[in-house]
Amino acid sequence: MLNIENLHVNVGDKAILKGVNLQIKPGEVHTIMGPNGAGKSTLSHVLSGKAGYTVTQGKVTYMGKDLLGMEPELRAREGVFLAFQYPVEIPGVSNIYLMKAALNANRKHQGLDEVDAMDFLTLVKDKIKLLQMDEKFLYRAVNEGFSGGEKKRNEILQAAILEPKLCVLDETDSGLDIDALKIVAKGINSLRTEQRSFLMITHYQRMLDYVKPDFVHVLADGRIVKSGGPELALELEAKGYQWVGGKAA
Amino acid sequence: MSSSAKEIKNLISQDYKQGFVTELEVETFPPGLDEEVIAKLSRIKNEPEFMLEYRLKAFRHWQTMKEPDWAQLNIEAIDYQSISYYSAPKKKGDGPQSLDEVDPELLETYKKLGIPLDEQERLAGVAVDAVFDSVSVATTFKGKLKDAGVIFCPISEALQEHPELVKKYLGTVVAETDNFFAALNAAVFTDGSFVYIPKGVRCPMELSTYFRINAANTGQFERTLIIADAGSHVSYLEGCTAPMRDENQLHAAVVELVIMDDAEIKYSTVQNWYPGDENGVGGIYNFVTKRAECRGHNAKVSWTQVETGSAITWKYPSCVLLGDDSTGEFYSVALTNNYQQADTGTKMIHIGKNTSSTIISKGISAGKAQNTYRGLVKVGKKAENARNYTQCDSLLVGDKCGAHTFPYIEVKQPSAQVEHEATTSKISEDQLFFCQQRGLSAEDAVSMIVNGFCKEVFKELPMEFAVEAQALLGISLEGSVG
Repeated sequence: MLNIENLHVNVGDKAILKGVNLQIKPGEVHTIMGPNGAGKSTLSHVLSGKAGYTVTQGKVTYMGKDLLGMEPELRAREGVFLAFQYPVEIPGVSNIYLMKAALNANRKHQGLDEVDAMDFLTLVKDKIKLLQMDEKFLYRAVNEGFSGGEKKRNEILQAAILEPKLCVLDETDSGLDIDALKIVAKGINSLRTEQRSFLMITHYQRMLDYVKPDFVHVLADGRIVKSGGPELALELEAKGYQWVGGKAA
Repeated sequence: MSSSAKEIKNLISQDYKQGFVTELEVETFPPGLDEEVIAKLSRIKNEPEFMLEYRLKAFRHWQTMKEPDWAQLNIEAIDYQSISYYSAPKKKGDGPQSLDEVDPELLETYKKLGIPLDEQERLAGVAVDAVFDSVSVATTFKGKLKDAGVIFCPISEALQEHPELVKKYLGTVVAETDNFFAALNAAVFTDGSFVYIPKGVRCPMELSTYFRINAANTGQFERTLIIADAGSHVSYLEGCTAPMRDENQLHAAVVELVIMDDAEIKYSTVQNWYPGDENGVGGIYNFVTKRAECRGHNAKVSWTQVETGSAITWKYPSCVLLGDDSTGEFYSVALTNNYQQADTGTKMIHIGKNTSSTIISKGISAGKAQNTYRGLVKVGKKAENARNYTQCDSLLVGDKCGAHTFPYIEVKQPSAQVEHEATTSKISEDQLFFCQQRGLSAEDAVSMIVNGFCKEVFKELPMEFAVEAQALLGISLEGSVG
């Protein structure tokens, strides 16, 4: 599904990613861990097409297509979803309006009819239960006045509605208390299917107690320095990143 | 400029669609202004004697006045002697009596502007008065309105048919000495709309006037006078466009509204005068005086404006709340892009008891534009229990534009409650990227955010025009980021 080959990325003159290789097959859950400044968020931004990054070498293929050549909205419509580390607030635009507009933009791209307001409401009310969110969040402006945990739940709600093929979760666990973490993890687990893949970026092993990955990779100084199964995360927790050659943050 | 910003620029680069010129045989006065020009103008329009006196009085006063100088606006000096004060399509015989006699070229112009004057293709339930340069060229549905007792006609016609009504109300809300541009307008106004809604009548349809400036080097000075007699109700909308020209053109209108006991006027404006090009060349100077007087008990007036055009906009639709329990409302969206400047807001003058007013102002500034809200809330000594709520929000698109807010509050009555809230926000690259990551195009994202910002005002517009206003905002944001 996703094939990252020798990816080098600069921000300005500074090299952040220095040759990342990664393959994700349908249905797999991959976790990327690593110290601060290793390039984890850069990777998620480059995959989703955020401006301000220069790819100097390498390529990324998604579903057989050149991902890096696609506009951000096209990547989204093709099924790449990024759950933001810091979801932005959009005053004046209601959450439900944004989600309906997004779903319809995706459906239009797939040659499907737009969903009408009633059908959408039924859909969204169904999904919102999963994240244990109050329906009033639908009518509030996007993320405005939401707590950290509510913003993260809202991100997963959007994934549940858009049903992407590849979910990139950028530190979705950060800033969550243990109850919120469990709810978010439950939401993520409910999205797991044999077709849908996940790239989960996190600092902490804690998240992996609830969302069990198939593979764990350690990103340090712009490269994946070690890969393994879930046990690698436990080992990291015990020994710290210096063990794999990463600099302590 | 980032790639997403570039994309927005490309995506929403759209030309000013109303910028074409209509080729017509016209009768135009040579540039210049003196008492003879005014006399000639009055003679052409066959006006009653009192009008000429009124005009000359205004003109003499105007000559003693100084052009205002605004702190927040950059204006090139206007040479009032280089402007022509009258331009009209040449009449055939006595002028059109019915739509069939209107020059097809003119009908075509309005059709291109999306304002079909043919009653067969009418906008559902909207009567239109079409003002072209200095004269009204057509008014639709006059018959149907007449049956309801409503008078809706060009003000030049009202001076012929109902001179006593015009004389009774003209200049009673905005005196001919009020300000520099109002005095100029009183001296030289050429046409505009006149509306009278008799006692207890609810006007059966929306009324609207569509102003079009066509001729070069001409000023448009129109005058609108609307009287809602006791217990009546009317909703009125005006729209404005002009061709793209490199010279600035002056538009100095005066609008007077009179509202009697228990009556209501809802006045909406969608202003899309040519704003000048992306380098700030050309465009309309829109210097307008609009004022409503709630003379009766429990009278209500509501101004809703969507201002996207003009090189410079200077206008403060005001409400004088004279009658006890009267209400004034002002809802405004002012969008400026490129080098446009807007200095707009309102005045709420509370004189009667238990009067209340609401101000919701949304300023959007993009490109290198400057957007100023200037508003006055004045509560007089006798205005017991007066209430005002003001909310003033500014949205910045890009980092080269400016938003300014100048609220003036004068309260002389201790029981008054005056509230003021203001916010400033910016459409950020992060917001755009977020929306794009959900599958929306940058264009749709900007439009969604701006429309969300303006929602409270749009819901005040008549249905037919709310959609138009939303579309207009999208077009006006041309090249707004980067």
